[in-house]
Amino acid sequence: MNFDKEFDASGLSCPLPILKTKKALADMASGQVLKLIATDCGAVKDMQAFSDQTGNPLLSSTEEGGKYIFFMKKK
Amino acid sequence: MTTKRMAIIATKGTLDMAYPPFILASTAAALGYEVQVFFTFYGLQLLRKDLSSVMISPLANPAMPMPIPMPVMVQMLPGMESMATMMMKQKLKKHGVASLQELRDLCLEADVKFIACQMTVDLFEFDKSEFIDQCEYGGAAMFMGFAGDTDICLFI
Repeated sequence: MNFDKEFDASGLSCPLPILKTKKALADMASGQVLKLIATDCGAVKDMQAFSDQTGNPLLSSTEEGGKYIFFMKKK
Repeated sequence: MTTKRMAIIATKGTLDMAYPPFILASTAAALGYEVQVFFTFYGLQLLRKDLSSVMISPLANPAMPMPIPMPVMVQMLPGMESMATMMMKQKLKKHGVASLQELRDLCLEADVKFIACQMTVDLFEFDKSEFIDQCEYGGAAMFMGFAGDTDICLFI
């Protein structure tokens, strides 16, 4: 998937992946896509919850070799 | 959509009890909540410029997981509190959990409003210069002005 910005939150625990996602989205333009990598398994549900509550669509959420990859579009 | 609001009353000043208010406040702010935290009694320690005196004690804390079983008589020995605090901080770091300082900074960056209880400052004769500049001083009624119209209100 194409993305405009990538942030690696590997090794960070709750709530840092969410807080860093929020910060990463802040300087992006509407419609741009953020790729987030995390190793915290709690991030799977947290990213969905973040998307639901902030209205930034979560385009995909997958796991690859112990890493969780998310693509989020800025609303 | 109207902005959701959350209010937290932080009353504890130990390392373990310092995390919940800062984690919840910073996360709610990231989700778009307007957040205020009222620090009262021992919670005021969390507003100190220097957070190094925020510690955790194994004493009277039977739920704290210890590497080896430790009798209360041993837990009360001098230096045990510092040791437990050091070990806890190492554990937090190893697991990628943010430091208190980092979480507090993230709260401030996200415009979480900190209110320090004026009565507690007077009671313990605290010096306001020891607290961070980004907090406001107020009382219960001032806090109610905000808390009375929130979606979530927590006492920690």
